[in-house]
Amino acid sequence: MQIYLPIAEMSVNALLLLGLGGAIGVLSGLFGVGGGFLLTPLLIFIGIPPAVAVASQANQIVASSFSGVLAHWRRKTVDLKMGLVLLAGGLVGSYFGVWLFALVRALGQVELMVSLCYVVFLGIVGGLMMVESVRTLRKRRRGAPAAVRRGHTWAHRLPMKIRFRESKLYISAIPPLVIGLFVGVLAAIMGVGGGFVMIPAMIYLLGMPTSVVIGTSLFQITLLAGFTTLLHAQQNQTVDVVLAVLLIVGGVIGAQFGAQLGAKLRGEQLRFLLAALVLVVCAKLAFDLVATPDELFSLSRPGQ
Amino acid sequence: MKSGPMRIAALLAAAFALGAAAQPADQPPPVERVIAALDQNRIAITAGFDGTEIFVYGAIARDRLPGPQDADVGVVVLIAGPSAPVVVRRKQRTLGIWVNRDMEVIDAAPSYYAIATSAAFYDTISHTEDLRRRVSLEHALRFVGARSEGETRTAFLDAVVRLRRQSGLYVIAPQGVEVIEGTLFNARFVLPANIVEGLYSAQVLLTRQGAVVDAFEAQIDVAKAGVERWLFDLSRQRALLYGLMAITVALAAGLAASEAFRWLKR
Repeated sequence: MQIYLPIAEMSVNALLLLGLGGAIGVLSGLFGVGGGFLLTPLLIFIGIPPAVAVASQANQIVASSFSGVLAHWRRKTVDLKMGLVLLAGGLVGSYFGVWLFALVRALGQVELMVSLCYVVFLGIVGGLMMVESVRTLRKRRRGAPAAVRRGHTWAHRLPMKIRFRESKLYISAIPPLVIGLFVGVLAAIMGVGGGFVMIPAMIYLLGMPTSVVIGTSLFQITLLAGFTTLLHAQQNQTVDVVLAVLLIVGGVIGAQFGAQLGAKLRGEQLRFLLAALVLVVCAKLAFDLVATPDELFSLSRPGQ
Repeated sequence: MKSGPMRIAALLAAAFALGAAAQPADQPPPVERVIAALDQNRIAITAGFDGTEIFVYGAIARDRLPGPQDADVGVVVLIAGPSAPVVVRRKQRTLGIWVNRDMEVIDAAPSYYAIATSAAFYDTISHTEDLRRRVSLEHALRFVGARSEGETRTAFLDAVVRLRRQSGLYVIAPQGVEVIEGTLFNARFVLPANIVEGLYSAQVLLTRQGAVVDAFEAQIDVAKAGVERWLFDLSRQRALLYGLMAITVALAAGLAASEAFRWLKR
């Protein structure tokens, strides 16, 4: 079943996109990540222009993270104040990111920038997760209890302290602002929610309790992805609503299956699998950068 | 005594009369015309658009039945999409990875270009006629402000042709025109799903010994229609509104999903 995407200006198989959205939905339900980091490379691989893939992806993330944050809201596992501080940084970062994206697009280096960002961040995050999950798995085998990570970090010593009640923290606003800013840039140039960077940062850098981390990051991601969508639509005119809707429909259905599957697996095993998956995607992208391409030439319209 | 110009005029008149007389009586001067039509003059890019086909058909009209003297008749059918500049980039290995380095802007390249001929290209139309009417692809590509020269320049031009041929946007089909009984002809063109909007021109050239005898021209209007049209226009003309709509759709979908699964779990 072919469908024509009005902004990408190409015809794609609707079932393929629904399937892709569904598969990523299963992963996101399973691991609690957005899955944007897997979907963007896949969309580029099936021939969607990178600029359209990244912008439409941001639109899809609005839907998936919003449905997630509603569930967390009901369970009261969202730190609203922390979310807003992260968002403040994120908006500035997103604005800068979209501007950077337009600049790099004019230089013809979007693909390179997206690929490089992916290789670097997937490599770092996947590597860290892998080390961490292997360590926990080993400890569990030896019968030692899993490490509890709490206490004072450097974030307590900076000025502009704010009390975050839900997170049980009294820390400076500067670290969350900086994290938000950084995630905002990533969201704009990689078409990801940024959860895979933000969640580790919230746990390890800010010392937030794990219970509120996911809800808070989803809250920030929903608003940030909305803002990014708007900026891409306004500045680059690359948001394809038809593409986004297909991905959303596949994604929400897949996520439910993923969540049920996830309930049957243990946390450390899940993290190990996710780390492996992230590293595989990273390796594939790195290989494509280094391997001699079949076609050295590429065509584009001026200004794209 | 006759003046110079008058003598020349008289000579010319005599030559003309001689030429007409030299024509064998059993072979009248070929008064031939081409009559052609397209099966569609308007292509609508709708939600289900997956490329389309254009069927060009027609007849060679003359005041007699076709005979053996018509073996040197040829038909060229040409469909060309709107031209636009194209940026061509070439990757080079830099610090171990492949990066877009050299860049050229082709001043004008047709977005779609298909040539079908009834025989091999230059058996159907002579080089002179090709040059005059700019039929072949190399005449359709305009590459003036080239920064590179020689081999590099050719490589960039070749890349445009190669990549567009691979994606079905440039088609060269010798023997792509079927001529039946020296009179009827038809050609079929496939327009892929990624064609651009605009006015496409269709040309049918009737040739005899490579020289164009008659020509037919028509236009094909390719445009997005329906929802596709509406969304595209909105995204260009009212970008902010389009963005807000995209977000609203996403939020509604997220809310609907959340509510639906809460209801299902109950």
